[in-house]
This record gives sequence, C-alpha cells and structure tokens, in this order.
Amino acid sequence: MALIQFREAIGQAMAEEMARDDRIFLMGEEVAQYNGAYKVSKGLLEQFGPRRVWDSPISEAGFAGLGIGAAMVGLRPIIEMMTWNFGIQGFDQIVNHAAKMCYMSGGQFNVPIVFRGPNGAAHMLGSQHSQSFDAMLTNVPGMKVISPSTPYDAKGLLKAAIRDNNPVIFLESEMMYGLKGEVPDGEYVIPIGVGDIKRPGEHVTIIAWNKMLHVAMAAAEQLAASGISAEVLDPRTLQPLDEELIFTSVRKTHRLVIVDEGWDFAATSAQISDRVQKECFDDLDAPVVRVNSLFVPMPYAEDLEHAVLPTAERVVQAVKDVMYVD
Amino acid sequence: MARVIEMPKLSDTMEEGGIANWLKKEGEKINEGEPLVEIETDKATQEYESPEEGVVLKILVQPGKTVALRTPIAVVGDAGETYDLGALTGGAAKSATAAAAPLAAPQVSQKAPAKPATPTVQAQPVGGGRVKASPLARKVAAELGVDVSQIVGTGPAGRVVLRDIEQSAAGVATPVAALSKPSVPQPAAPVPAASTVGATVTPVSMMRKTIAKRLTAAKNEAPHFYLTVSANVAKLETWRQSLNDAAAKANAKGGSLAKVSVNDVVILAVARALRHHPQVNASWQGETIVHHGEAHIAVAVALPEGLVTPVIRRADVLGVREIAAAARDLATKAKDGLLSNDAFTGGTFTISNLGMFGVEEFTAIINPPQAAILAVGAATPTPWVDEQERLVVQQRMKMTLSCDHRVVDGATGAKFLQTLVSYLEDPMQMLV
Repeated sequence: MALIQFREAIGQAMAEEMARDDRIFLMGEEVAQYNGAYKVSKGLLEQFGPRRVWDSPISEAGFAGLGIGAAMVGLRPIIEMMTWNFGIQGFDQIVNHAAKMCYMSGGQFNVPIVFRGPNGAAHMLGSQHSQSFDAMLTNVPGMKVISPSTPYDAKGLLKAAIRDNNPVIFLESEMMYGLKGEVPDGEYVIPIGVGDIKRPGEHVTIIAWNKMLHVAMAAAEQLAASGISAEVLDPRTLQPLDEELIFTSVRKTHRLVIVDEGWDFAATSAQISDRVQKECFDDLDAPVVRVNSLFVPMPYAEDLEHAVLPTAERVVQAVKDVMYVD
Repeated sequence: MARVIEMPKLSDTMEEGGIANWLKKEGEKINEGEPLVEIETDKATQEYESPEEGVVLKILVQPGKTVALRTPIAVVGDAGETYDLGALTGGAAKSATAAAAPLAAPQVSQKAPAKPATPTVQAQPVGGGRVKASPLARKVAAELGVDVSQIVGTGPAGRVVLRDIEQSAAGVATPVAALSKPSVPQPAAPVPAASTVGATVTPVSMMRKTIAKRLTAAKNEAPHFYLTVSANVAKLETWRQSLNDAAAKANAKGGSLAKVSVNDVVILAVARALRHHPQVNASWQGETIVHHGEAHIAVAVALPEGLVTPVIRRADVLGVREIAAAARDLATKAKDGLLSNDAFTGGTFTISNLGMFGVEEFTAIINPPQAAILAVGAATPTPWVDEQERLVVQQRMKMTLSCDHRVVDGATGAKFLQTLVSYLEDPMQMLV
C-alpha cells in the first residue's frame, strides 16, 4: 500500500490505462507541456509523447466535440475540463452528442469517452467558478456520472470509466487533489454503480460524496461523542445510483440525512430522497433531511462562502432533527 | 368568520391536554364564556369556557384523544359558514417546541390571544383527530398490536415516533428482535418481563406521566438527605380525644364540628413550626431561594389513578378544626375529581402520611420547588428509655424529613424537627 495524493491516483489510473491500451489519449487545456493546471497529468507527455497527450485551445465545445468524433471512429479519449465551470461550454457536445449518439444511431456508434475535471466550489473563486453540476449531469440519460471521495476510489473508478464503452463524466475537486490516501500497489478496478459504506453505524444514515463525504465524516465523529452512531454511505457513482445499498442502510437506521454540495432545488439529493420515500416509506421514523448549498450564486467573501456551503455543524443539526433530540 | 379554538394551557405544568367530553355538538350555538369542553389536564378534569361566540362548526379532536398545547381542537364561526380548515389551522399548528415555550397561563375565561400569522411555521396537516405518526412507528405499532391513537407522541407537533411505541411496549415481552436495539441513545427501556402470562398493559395516564416526570426530576435535581425522629403522642392523643368528645357532644345538639385526626394535628404542628423555621418553608428557584412568609401545606392524597397533593392555605393561622374541615373537604373533592388546578398550586411544604396503613416509617421524594417533605408513619407502642433511664412503653410516631440540600442544611432541618416534636409531644406548646 502506498500513501499517495488524489491527483497522483488519477494520474496513475490514466498512465496505467494508456500503457495498457494505445487507443487512449488525453486532451485538454494545459494537460501536456504544463503537466496540467493541477498537475494531475504530470509526466504523461514525457511518457506517452505529444500524439497521446494533447494541449487543446481554450475551447471546451471544440475539444469536447473533437473527442466525441474520435471516440465514434475507434479511439478512447480522456477529455480534461480544467474545471466543470468551464466544461459547461461543452454541454451541447456532451448532452446532445455524446449522450445520444448510441441511441440515435441505432447502436451503430458507441462513444467510449471520459470527461473529467474538478467540480464544485474550491475556495473564494466567486460565483462563476464555484458550482456543482452533479444534478445537471445526472439528469441526462445516456451518460454515467462518477464522483469519488478518496484516492483509492478515484483510481479504481477512473480505470473503470476509461474501460467503459459509454460516455462517463468523472467529477473531481480542487480541494481534494492534495488529499492523501492508501492505494494498493497492484492493479484494481472498482465497478461503476457500486457504493461504499465509509463508516458503519446504527442510528442514522448520512449519504455524502466527493468532498462532502469528508464533511459527513467530521459530523459523524462529532455525533459519536454524543452517543449517536451515524452510518456514512458514499454512493461513489451518482448515475447509476447504488439504490440497494441506500435502501438497505435506511431500512437499518430508519433515518436519512443527505449532504449535497449542489443547490437544493432539484438536486441529486432530492432524487435520492424521492427514491427513499418511495421504497422505504414504512421504514422511516422521520422525514428525510437534506443539507445542501444555499440557493444563491456563490459569494466571494470567505465568511459568506462558508455560510453557503454545507458544514459539519449543519449536518449534526440535521441528524439531531431526524433523531428528535436537542 | 371562522376561528380556531386551540388546546389551552390550564396549569403551569400542563404540556398537553386530553378531551374528556364535548359539552357542545357540531352545529350548536355557543356564547363567549359558556362551557364548551371538559379538558383532562395532568392534574384534573375541568371545564373550558369558549373564548369565542358563534356556532360550533367542527370538532377536530374527539373525546379520549390527547393533543399538545395549542393544537386546534375546534372551529367556531357563523352558522352555515364555509371555511378552509387548512388555512385556519396552518398558521396555528405550532411545533411541539413552540408549544413548550413558556406561556403565561391564561385565565380559563379569558379570550384566546389573537393568532399571529406565522408563515415560517410549516403547516401541519391537522384533520379531524388524525393521529400523526411516522410510517415506521405505525408499522411497528401494528406488529405489536399497539394502538397508535392511545400514544402521546414526542416528535414535532406531537408526532408519534418509534421511541414512543418502544416505550409504550416496554414491559411487555416482544418478539421483534429489532426493538431490543435502542434506536435513540437514551436511558435503556425497562427489560421486558420474562413472562406475559396474566399481564395487562395499561396506557400511562396523564396523571401518572406527571408523577413520573416531576418525581424523576426531583430525585435527579434535588440532592436529598433524610432526618428521622420520633415523638411520644400520648398527650396529643389525650388532647385529640377531648376535642373529638366535645365535637360529638356539640354535634349531638345539631352542631357540625369536624373530627380531628392525628394527621390534622401533624399539619397544625408542622405549619406552626414552619413559622419559626422559615428556612425550611422555602423554594429553590435556581438563581434565588424564596423563604415563604406563609405556610401553605400540601397534603398527599392517594387516588386510585395516582397521587395528588391539594393545598391547605395559610395552615399556619388556622385552628386545628379549620384544618380538619379543610383537609376533609379537599380529600373528598379530590376523590370525586372536583378539584380545579388552583387547589394544587402554591404549596410551600408537603406532608405524606402512610400511618393509616401501618407503615412505621418511610422516606418521601420532595415535591419541587419545595425544599422539604415530611413522611409520617403510624403511632405504635414502642419500648423507650425515658428521662429516668427506665424502660417504658410509649405510643410513639416516627417521622422522616426529606430535605433539598441546596436549600436546607442538616442542622436547619434538625432544629425544625426539634420544634415539631416538642409541639406534638405537648400540643399546649403551640399556644405559647
């Protein structure tokens, strides 16, 4: 087991897959000569050369479409969005072409492509650079959406994403690139659509993913001090969702809190909440409570940004609400 | 215009109320101040006078049901008027937290305060007596054969949640393994009895709940200590006998003098002794201690459904016959359920007497915020070494004073008992 950073785990996944399959190439802004805006692709240009590691122009719509075309004719591109805030430039290509090509061509064209990059707020980057797109991306049929929370999950799931024959969106986080975690030395692949219990518990289930997982874990730790045993569930993949794991946990604990960095309206957490009230109605002892970002453009001021994002304190309070304790 | 009548707060300690009986039917006319409904509080059942004038349009809570304070219980308006129940009750349905907020106890005949529109409070669905319960609580209740409507919910706005069902079912063996897992960290429920053969399950009454809550709080919060003394009651008995002989003669000629019991003399002696020991006639108020200027003696009365403590006012200035008459009157009314909440409030010291059951001595739990309670045992023939160091048999009565150490220290309680014993051993001392 090696203790490595989140960015290294992603870099390893790409390097291992590119070494295994020469149809795979990486394209994006600054991914080659600059080693990536966040150094995720460090060393790849040197290892695989300029034909497989491409610096693109600043045109997300252009290189997203270029990747889709390459995928349709037999290559397996990894497209890096410097951030998903820029990635929305390429939404027409992703939503109208990547997600629908297999369906509209009657199965003649598969689009084996990965669009990856950091999602959500970093720190004091203002309204246009601090957005979570989980809900918008999971809302489109024809794509898979992965949002890992640890280096181990990131490496195993990115390898699965690269090997998948359909478009996969891979959501990372600027705030987690430096996060260290243990990763096995040998090869492993984590299947898409399988969640993980990050902390077992009895009294309440807390669902969280990506960097919110760490907020949930901090809350669970605080709750343990007051005798509340929280089970923290990381779905890891948002589309398709590991519903059975969620239902099993809620049927055990009877209470659910969901922590979601997205805005609350029509959020991914709202979808989970809907599925749980439908499938676990008779198992619930309290309404499902969601902890989301406040429904405002992200303020630049540090204290206001803190007030908008979900915090461990808000999660603790939500858990106490569903436990009916003060 | 249609107005909602809410469950009123009829006593200081009331947190929920039961509908005992509606005195008006739907469609009947009612005047302001006219009795509308009998409400069972934690202490008594009493009439509630309508704060509104009009026609009873809708009864929302049926007799036998218990709801949180300020829960809408009826709608009053003009005859034939149409109204939107959701809109009427939406703003009025407060969360349990809001209902538990301190409220001045309104006079029973007082007009209900205007209900402010509170759009931030989420509307709770309040239908005709619909019981709010979590889906899980309903499922588990059905599995255990528990009637959800008989359970008082502890969730928001009185919602019945899993723990309420578990607590209700506690004490009954349950085959559901899942229930043995405490789903909420809290004091473990009583271990279910091994056998349920011949067992009966009784829902906890409002009175028992109040007893449970107040006495548990008293034991948890007030550090108790106990002082036991005994008194020779020979002279007391002689005096009492002469009083009762006199009463019998007077009553034979058409008088109506009350018979005096040992307990009446104890009340008299305690009240007079408290005048000299105001440190014991006291209340713990958190930031302050009140030493009461008057002695109002609460007397424990056992009823089939539980214990009540009606208060004899100004016992320190009453004669023993007045005390006897007041004690008899309160006990009779308590047994008939005729006492209003006023009869239970304002006591400064409590006496509990189990002598009539032959109990020799016992300790009692303090009745907060009072600082002390006296537990009185039976007068029994007792071997005793007298002043001349002779072994004699005396009729002696043991008494144990429970004191709240936050208010009363050992020597303070002991001095009070010294005075009390001197009064009981020689009632003439009380005339001095």
